[in-house]
Amino acid sequence: MTALLEVRDLSVVFDGFRAIDGVDFTVQNGELRFLIGPNGAGKTTLIDIITGLTKPTTGSVVFDGRSLAGKREHERVRLGIGRTFQTSVVFEELTVLENLDLAASFRRPLWSLLARRKGVIAAVEQALETTGLTDLASRKAGVLSHGQRQWLEIGMLIAQGPRLLLLDEPVAGMSSDERSRTGELLTSIAKDHTVIVIEHDMEFLRRYASQVTVLHEGKVLIEGSVDEVRADPRVQEVYLGRAREEAAHDAVS
Amino acid sequence: MTAVLEKPTQKLAPKEPRQWKGAAVFVAVAVVALVVMPLVLEPFRLGLLAKYLCYAIVALGIGLAWGQGGMLTLGQGVFFGLGGYAMGMYLKLNDAGGDLPDFMVWSGVEELPALWAPFGNPVFALAMVVVVPLVVAVALGTLVFRQRVRGAYFAILTQALAAALVILLIGQQGLTGGTNGLTNFFDFFGNDVAAESTQRGLYLTVAIVLGVLYLGAWQLVRSRFGRLLLAVRDGEDRVRFLGYNPATVKTITFAISAVMAGIAGALFVPVVGIISPALLGVVPSLELVVAVAVGGRFALAGAVLGAVVMGYAKTYFSEELPDAWLYLQGALFILVMTLAPKGIVGVAAALRDRVRKEASA
Repeated sequence: MTALLEVRDLSVVFDGFRAIDGVDFTVQNGELRFLIGPNGAGKTTLIDIITGLTKPTTGSVVFDGRSLAGKREHERVRLGIGRTFQTSVVFEELTVLENLDLAASFRRPLWSLLARRKGVIAAVEQALETTGLTDLASRKAGVLSHGQRQWLEIGMLIAQGPRLLLLDEPVAGMSSDERSRTGELLTSIAKDHTVIVIEHDMEFLRRYASQVTVLHEGKVLIEGSVDEVRADPRVQEVYLGRAREEAAHDAVS
Repeated sequence: MTAVLEKPTQKLAPKEPRQWKGAAVFVAVAVVALVVMPLVLEPFRLGLLAKYLCYAIVALGIGLAWGQGGMLTLGQGVFFGLGGYAMGMYLKLNDAGGDLPDFMVWSGVEELPALWAPFGNPVFALAMVVVVPLVVAVALGTLVFRQRVRGAYFAILTQALAAALVILLIGQQGLTGGTNGLTNFFDFFGNDVAAESTQRGLYLTVAIVLGVLYLGAWQLVRSRFGRLLLAVRDGEDRVRFLGYNPATVKTITFAISAVMAGIAGALFVPVVGIISPALLGVVPSLELVVAVAVGGRFALAGAVLGAVVMGYAKTYFSEELPDAWLYLQGALFILVMTLAPKGIVGVAAALRDRVRKEASA
């Protein structure tokens, strides 16, 4: 296996606050990696840096042997890095099919986009099937439920044909049914893609994760299998302890 | 596999009759515009309609840039003016027949400025009608959209551009005719520009150009590019993560709208007989945006309809209640933006749906 993504000595400072503080992070080709950590640990910031949304203060990100420094967001997508967002953003005025079709068409030369879409591209058809949205293909994305939107976003990501998928809390706000469906979706995607998933949900992690990286206060706390990570006393202290507090807080509010 | 492929295609099938209906409406409007209007309207009224249709071409571009692409452009007068002056310069040189244009003589200019010389060639002048707005729009778009300037900032920038062009035109009296602009045209490609037959021909030309540009814009909106444009309007930042550069999409669309305005300006000059700073500054630019909003900015037909309706309204109220027009226009804009953001077209569609609902109930 070769490293698809190599993050070296990465730091980012927001107004004196070190959101990411000297992170080294490597993901191998074909891996499914979970990224966990309490709120403010820097998980989303790390993804933002990899995808070009945030500029690092120091350090480097190398994708497939190529440095990403100076590359803009859409250029990184063209290299094969795709992502979803915590709050799913789909184009509500477009149909499910059109959303997926746009996602699948970015490699076409611009002039060829001036033609009307005829039929359905294989990649789009595949994404519809994988996400189970075939029956909703001609509905506007604005009418979808929260879970369906997340799936559409994952579907758009698949339709892009990326080499590295970054999913930011794909099951946040989902019902338990939707969570298991998303988990299955994730498992099937991970078969032939390299995937990094940010997730808060411990139950979800237990069921679907193998390799886990724990971030804490902008640093990598530990990296290993789910069991190793769960058994680590530091993780229990900073993450699980915090999760219990959060759960208690949620129960109160 | 094939079953999956057929499903969405079948679901898309019901759209077909609607497209036929759209085509039928287009043909009907074309027949009215090309056959009925020239027969029914007296020359003066036909000239007015030709003027409104010129504005409708600009409005079509605004509909594309603003309604479809989310770029509120308050300075389309700039491109309208660039096209208009290119045409006006040719007509002046043509009328002067080798001498200096009249206004230059009055301003004490003794030699034809170098900027003017090539405009004596009609092919060059007509090419500039398209090229100058295109180059200005691409340059502006590339600079501005790359830096992610958008929304109100973009709107203010375009408006400032319109104001700046007016100042420039007025300041360069000897070069541009100053406040008076370019006027007193006699010959239009071998025809007396004021003759009834020439004006009828011009009206038909304007109507046909509008129709062709409308079909082009319609095709654009329905293409993948059109879908992408909507996506840029509704979520520019998300579009980047689909692998597209929104700046390119916006620049192309803005350039198309600018070229439309340029063509409209060039047609406007022989139709109305003048191009001057007052016709392309901030106020006329804003009036067209208001017209597009009133007609319905999210539909190309709404933009065109708005320009024609507001053109007639302006003429009517300026004749009957000259003081009230400005207030009425402002009030109409506020009403539309707050109560009917989809404009006349949106209200009509809502009424149609209600009637259908009651009929089926």
